Amino acid sequence: MLQQIEGSAAVAQAVAACRPEVIAAYPITPQTHIVEGLGDMVKRGLVGNCQFLNVESEFGAMSVCIGSSATGARTYTATSSQGMLFMMEAVYNASGLGLPIVMTVGNRAIGPPINIWNDWSDSMAARDAAWIQLFVEDNQQAADVHVQAFRLAEAVSLPVMVCMDGFILTHAYTRVDVPEQADVDSFLPEFEPQQALDPEAPITIGAMVGPEAFSEVRFLAHYKQLEALDLIPQHAEAFKAIFGRDSGGLLKSFDAEDKDTVVVTMGSVVGTMKSVMADMRADGESIGLLSIRSYRPFPKQQLRDALAGAKRVIVFEKSLAVGMGGILAADVRMALANLPVAVHSVIGGLGGRPITSDKLRRMFDKGVRDELEEPHFHDLDVAVVHRELERLRDFHRPGPSAESILRDIAGADAGRPE
Amino acid sequence: MFQIRIHGRGGQGVVTAAEMLSIAAFEEDRHSQAIPSFGSERMGAPVVAYVRIDDEPIELTEPVMRPDLLIVQDPTLFNAVDVFSGLADDGFLLINTARPLHELHIDEALARLPDHHVYTVAATELAMRHIGRATPNTALLGAFTAFSAELHLESVITAINYKFRGDIAERNITVARAAHAAARAD
Repeated sequence: MLQQIEGSAAVAQAVAACRPEVIAAYPITPQTHIVEGLGDMVKRGLVGNCQFLNVESEFGAMSVCIGSSATGARTYTATSSQGMLFMMEAVYNASGLGLPIVMTVGNRAIGPPINIWNDWSDSMAARDAAWIQLFVEDNQQAADVHVQAFRLAEAVSLPVMVCMDGFILTHAYTRVDVPEQADVDSFLPEFEPQQALDPEAPITIGAMVGPEAFSEVRFLAHYKQLEALDLIPQHAEAFKAIFGRDSGGLLKSFDAEDKDTVVVTMGSVVGTMKSVMADMRADGESIGLLSIRSYRPFPKQQLRDALAGAKRVIVFEKSLAVGMGGILAADVRMALANLPVAVHSVIGGLGGRPITSDKLRRMFDKGVRDELEEPHFHDLDVAVVHRELERLRDFHRPGPSAESILRDIAGADAGRPE
Repeated sequence: MFQIRIHGRGGQGVVTAAEMLSIAAFEEDRHSQAIPSFGSERMGAPVVAYVRIDDEPIELTEPVMRPDLLIVQDPTLFNAVDVFSGLADDGFLLINTARPLHELHIDEALARLPDHHVYTVAATELAMRHIGRATPNTALLGAFTAFSAELHLESVITAINYKFRGDIAERNITVARAAHAAARAD
């Protein structure tokens, strides 16, 4: 049904329509409204025989999810930021055991310095945890992709994260056609677990595996993710046939065909980027946009095919591997290995720094002339950084930088002398 | 596209105001978007929220940089943040104040706006009288529909009924209607 609705509420309704049997969650901003919404619906008896468990921590949440999924119950949770870190050992357990749990990640920075705002640090911290990671551009996709996530997870018996930008999507009120129960029922088959703990037919899950078989088990995890590369587009087609909407898939081109410059990114910044691209094309620039929707598995071949004709690619990401540079950029470079395509890495929007059309346009104007340094830190206040570096050099025991930079900025805003 | 930026303080219902505007626009079959810019969610801290209304689907997710309308829920913010940043020369300004405009010391910013583009309403006083709490948001929404063709008062009332229940909804509707009647151009 078409509604003007908060992103979190739309996700909660979509998840409820997937008939989860167990939800275990611990609140953390900015994902809290999702599990609050689901908790409310479960309490009012609107989610079948679903059990909602309040747990003592994120580690507890994922541990309950592992237990319930292992008994063959369709299982859901959500988290963000430090919450993801706290549950991390169990995150690896869920994928290692092949349990098709679906988890929303309301993407938020990881501190210190403590920061509740959006970037992709949390999802990237779990990049290699063998979960499937699907990124969404808007709240319609957020609702739709959760429905596809359960089908995908259960088809390959792997857990799936649906990654949605915190606040920008979770807290935004927009128009969403929330998936109807009847349509979800016809898209999403009943959960037929590949393994289920059952006292009547006892099995062991989670045995110790030594050097004799560990490589084979890990390879199988890789193989199953590569299978998902085939299933994700199939599911997006099947979804479109029922719902009439183009949500999901591996990647999405927005006029990226036959362009000299292609910008590659993920998530909610796609919306603003589309309008910047349109302006630049109107000014005669040959530029397009490619949005990666499946980050794990990473669609290397599809990306290579889509970018092979470009002269340059600009990868924009809200993530940073400290000491290395862009994380998504490294993946894109691997996909384009040995092709004559220049790849520029741009890191921006960290900790919720707003990403504006004006500043994107100025950065892309440099990018199309190959004038961006490597990697380029978008919208960085270089003067502040220089002042802090000087201070660190000049003072014995200079103290923490985060607090010093805050004082510096506050002073500059108030017009006080140094 | 019509873009609104709402400035207020934590506890004044800034985010709820933006959400209600987007629901009111939806009621009129228009596309709209409300995005809050949360701070650390303290009572009294400056809070900003953004609203876009259009006949086409809205894809921008950036903050509203060039508002067509500024709603200022707390006039003390003029001294605290750059409220007027990006306001178009033909933009509108709606201020919650019971005082004469010249006492707000914003003449310089007002000078560039055309006649009948600056409105005031004593929203906090209306809220205190009818709701008993200093939540000026619904009054300001009612006042907005008095001078703008973007949305109608009835849609705002529908949005209030979506967000609030029973007596609280009724009180907020009374406030919105009163502010609709009381908003005046300066």
